Amino acid sequence: MSSTQTVREPLVRIVKREGATLPKKILVRAVAILLALVVDAMFIYFVTGLNPLAVYGVMWGGTFANPTRFSWMLRDLVTLLCVGIGLAPAFKMRFWNCGGEGQILIGGLATALVMVYLGSSLPAPLLFLCMAGASLAAGALWGVIPAWFKSRWNTNETLFTLMMNYVATSIVACMTNIMRGSASSLGTLNKATKAGWFPVFMGQRYNINIIVVVVLTFAMYAYLKYSKQGYEISVVGESENTARYAGINVRRVMVRTMLISGAICGLCGFLIVAGRDQTISTTSAGGRGFTAIIVAWLAKFNTFTMALIAFLLVFLERGASEIASAYSLNQYAADIITGVILFFILGSEFFINYRVVPRGMHKEER
Amino acid sequence: MHSSLIAWILRAVPFGTIIMYGALGEILTEKSGNLNLGVPGIMYLGGFAGFASAYYYETLSASPNAFVCIVVALVCAVLASMAGGLIYSFLTITLRANQNVTGLALTTFGMGVANFFGVFILNGSSYAAAPLANKAFAAQMPVLSKLGDAGKILFSYGFLAYAALLLAVVLHWFFTRTRVGLNLRAVGENPATADAAGINVTLYKYAATCVGAAICGLGGLYYVLDYNQGIWATTDQIEALGWLAVALVIFTTWKPLNAIWGAYLFGMLYWLYQFLPSLLGITVSSAMTDLIQMLPYVVTIGVLIVVSLRKKKENQPPAHLGLAYFREER
Repeated sequence: MSSTQTVREPLVRIVKREGATLPKKILVRAVAILLALVVDAMFIYFVTGLNPLAVYGVMWGGTFANPTRFSWMLRDLVTLLCVGIGLAPAFKMRFWNCGGEGQILIGGLATALVMVYLGSSLPAPLLFLCMAGASLAAGALWGVIPAWFKSRWNTNETLFTLMMNYVATSIVACMTNIMRGSASSLGTLNKATKAGWFPVFMGQRYNINIIVVVVLTFAMYAYLKYSKQGYEISVVGESENTARYAGINVRRVMVRTMLISGAICGLCGFLIVAGRDQTISTTSAGGRGFTAIIVAWLAKFNTFTMALIAFLLVFLERGASEIASAYSLNQYAADIITGVILFFILGSEFFINYRVVPRGMHKEER
Repeated sequence: MHSSLIAWILRAVPFGTIIMYGALGEILTEKSGNLNLGVPGIMYLGGFAGFASAYYYETLSASPNAFVCIVVALVCAVLASMAGGLIYSFLTITLRANQNVTGLALTTFGMGVANFFGVFILNGSSYAAAPLANKAFAAQMPVLSKLGDAGKILFSYGFLAYAALLLAVVLHWFFTRTRVGLNLRAVGENPATADAAGINVTLYKYAATCVGAAICGLGGLYYVLDYNQGIWATTDQIEALGWLAVALVIFTTWKPLNAIWGAYLFGMLYWLYQFLPSLLGITVSSAMTDLIQMLPYVVTIGVLIVVSLRKKKENQPPAHLGLAYFREER
């Protein structure tokens, strides 16, 4: 380095911002979503030549056109939210549970097995109890295996849980293969007896799903925010060393939290099989295990914010399938629109956590 | 039994090649400290861009030329996957968004883009084909591939299968024998120290992530134009392959040379369900076949556990993997 350079101030400087105010946070996110919608509108216009406003209008109808649509939206919303609630404690502990997919599947499978093999011999209340218990246990098992290894030997949980998804998929494929016997597909379980089907409750088919998830939303919020265990989770998430120093048994917290996380994901499998599809297949989870990670993360594990984000995503998904049928496009438009919105929301976090100071504009603040 | 063993290998090697590209790209990315879970999405982008460009070149050009077709497909696949890598880099490096969540969003996005535009090419039918591109990419070595079984096993693949081997060796040399490679590893291990030593952390991270994405994209390209016989259909298959590639990175303990045999082993395990019955001369029920398909994943879990048990320093992931770097943060 022979030449001497005068050090110039960079064009912009980035400064950490502590504690942005709530209105500011909301404003930043609203701007992000608005910008994402503009980008999506441009995409719609240039690719298809359709009027973006009309397309967004059709999307709106996907959720709000009539009560049936709205109840479908609620059904999808609570399914996604349920997985999100399951993942929230794990992620708050900075335990990357990418295995929601597998935990849902195995919980759903346990439910389906109880429905098929005990459906005719047990009275309804006991049957539902067995189904719920089986799904909770199966999901918990699927969650606790990676957690145990992580707590003992620090085995990478992101990949462990990811692989467990495929193990679950194989087992579900195998079991449905056995259950269907010589038929070409499994079809609806207990079609004749409707044993193990959630009954129509207060005039709505999906009301029981909705009630269960609403209860879970409140319970998980309270658990994370007000219970001692919830506090332990957040300390472990912030710093394992601090937790150890404070006398928290990190291993135990890890295993216990994943037990809960897996169990709730398993319960979601129960809701899907008993209250929604009345069947099980390898695609029953439908990518929700992954989408729910985004839901939980963006909401900073606040279950009520999660409901809002889950609503946004389900609204987009239903809207996109509405567009697909109205304009003979395809439903993958939903993935693109969702992807763009997620990119913008993720990017907007930067403007909440940091300030950008242009050259020559910075004043000594401290 | 002999012939089914050869058929098995002939299936396993191309399969291994797909995930080898994915794993090599992801190793390069992870060496810079970026854990990109968008690999499936990037493979979709690369595979689709490669197919679409080859398809349009074939159908629109009056006299399509095989060599031009290869170049067009390669360039488009690389550009599209780099664009995916760039989105990821901008969000995680410049805007410091969470890497795992951004990666998952990129997977959703890439899958959506590929399948959305794919439907326009499909235009109502269940699949679309690019036969010329397939012929160009799957062309076997003229004389050598005819030399009996050995020739078949060694020389009957498209050129990208050999390019993958070369790439693994080059990456190994790059990481262990070059200054730039050393710097890159320093960035992944401890960006603050690298920064203090005068290494441009941001530049290294951007470059490694984008080039890594381009390599992953080649895996998608190889899948569509060679492995899948130049046929595009709306599919979830690439996503599963992408995750398998991410798993392979762990399996190799971040060493490109291990990716070679690791990838082929995964290929053998993946296709085991089809060849096991004829190899052992037994019949396996279709339910058992479903169960055998979990093998590659179970093996990966086993490796994960063993690696974490042995705790050897050289087998660990880059120390700063998955974390954003902000200079002013202490």
